[in-house]
Amino acid sequence: MPIQYEGIKKEHEAVRTRAGLFDVSHMGEILVEGPQAVAAIDRLVTNDVSKLATGKALYTVCCNEQGYILDDLIVYRLEDEKILVVCNASNRDKIVGHFAKNLSLGTPWNDVSDAWALLALQGPNAVAVMKDLGAPTSLLELPYFSVTRTSVAGVDLWAARTGYTGEDGFELFCGSEDAVTVWRALLEAGQAHGLQPVGLGARDTLRLEARLMLYGNDITEETHPLEAGLGWVVKFGAGDFVGRDALRAIKAAGLERKLVGFEMVGRGIARHGYPIVARGEAVGEVTSGSPGPTVGRNIGLGYVPLALAKVGTALGIEIRGKVVDAVVVRTPFYKR
Amino acid sequence: MATYPRNLQYTREHEWARIENDVIRVGITAYAVEQLGDVTLVDMPAPGEDVQAHERFGDIESVKTVSELFAPVSGEVVEVNADLESSPELVNENPYEEGWLVIIRPSDQAELEGLMDAAKYEEYLGTLDG
Repeated sequence: MPIQYEGIKKEHEAVRTRAGLFDVSHMGEILVEGPQAVAAIDRLVTNDVSKLATGKALYTVCCNEQGYILDDLIVYRLEDEKILVVCNASNRDKIVGHFAKNLSLGTPWNDVSDAWALLALQGPNAVAVMKDLGAPTSLLELPYFSVTRTSVAGVDLWAARTGYTGEDGFELFCGSEDAVTVWRALLEAGQAHGLQPVGLGARDTLRLEARLMLYGNDITEETHPLEAGLGWVVKFGAGDFVGRDALRAIKAAGLERKLVGFEMVGRGIARHGYPIVARGEAVGEVTSGSPGPTVGRNIGLGYVPLALAKVGTALGIEIRGKVVDAVVVRTPFYKR
Repeated sequence: MATYPRNLQYTREHEWARIENDVIRVGITAYAVEQLGDVTLVDMPAPGEDVQAHERFGDIESVKTVSELFAPVSGEVVEVNADLESSPELVNENPYEEGWLVIIRPSDQAELEGLMDAAKYEEYLGTLDG
């Protein structure tokens, strides 16, 4: 996946106003099967997979015993006894190793990352593009965070109503050998709908505006889901999971810091790693920052002490030795 | 490869300089623009400040990254392109005209000799990866 095809701003705008096509085949995919599949995955992630109906998907994190984040995942229940776990490419080996260690022998699993391709069609015109390709109503009307077996451009694949842009759209899982066929068909059908191929650069600005986490930046093995604002995917009341006791203890002790969204008030662009300062003192670090092409402001995310996490709090971002004013704002920065 | 305007001088840091009587106008080349992508912010010195040849005098930011700007010659900044404050995209749209960055009054005319002409710059680009 290139950084850009025709320019980050142009590609970003295409996804917000028309449609964009991403080749995100680098993502990791693990299939877990058998009567124990649901229970086995449920024990490895913080969200409640036991209540996940067939044909539905959920967002979750996978923690270590200390409650810190190994990766964020989307778990799809493809069939009653067939679960698809999508992880970040950079974490594939780690997650595969973690699963291998923790899944019992009676639970067959398979890392299909190389055999599968993943194409994401995102944007308000995504449905229209699919319609022109002759997609069945069941796909056009597929609810958000659902998945179905269907056929696109003559290729049998799994289609999900998920994405990483804050827009409506589909993610299509097909065999690598069929990816070019599907890609070309989507590009062609998309011509009439302003569809544009989109690279990593716009993928990052789109997800940041929607406050979707980037592993390695906003969440890492040094952060836990409660401070990252991901408490909603931690289901203490459901069954046991790796990291549950540690997270309970962290919750009981009270949070020290929180991931907040901010926008620049002064002239400057915050970037990953820049210090966040308050009253002359470094209080945190920017985890993600860039111009927000749709919101029209320079935005970012970063961890700050709880006392500085309230919307409206004045912060400073140290940009190459100079402190530039910023303010904590409500997130997501953009909502469709 | 694109051809570069013949009436400009170039640096290895991908700035161009145009001699306009006793001052030089400075911008970044199409190659630099291509590498940067969408320019979103240009941070430059105020008029009256001195800059040193081949030293950082400002920063240029695109959506994705930050790059330093290097002065082609030493001298005093006499004007900065104020239009870039509200319209940094001018650098992308026309790096050699509306997208210029600063005007410098050189303190040492001899430094101009160290710049490359278009043919030399194109040759230099040929030695770079990608």
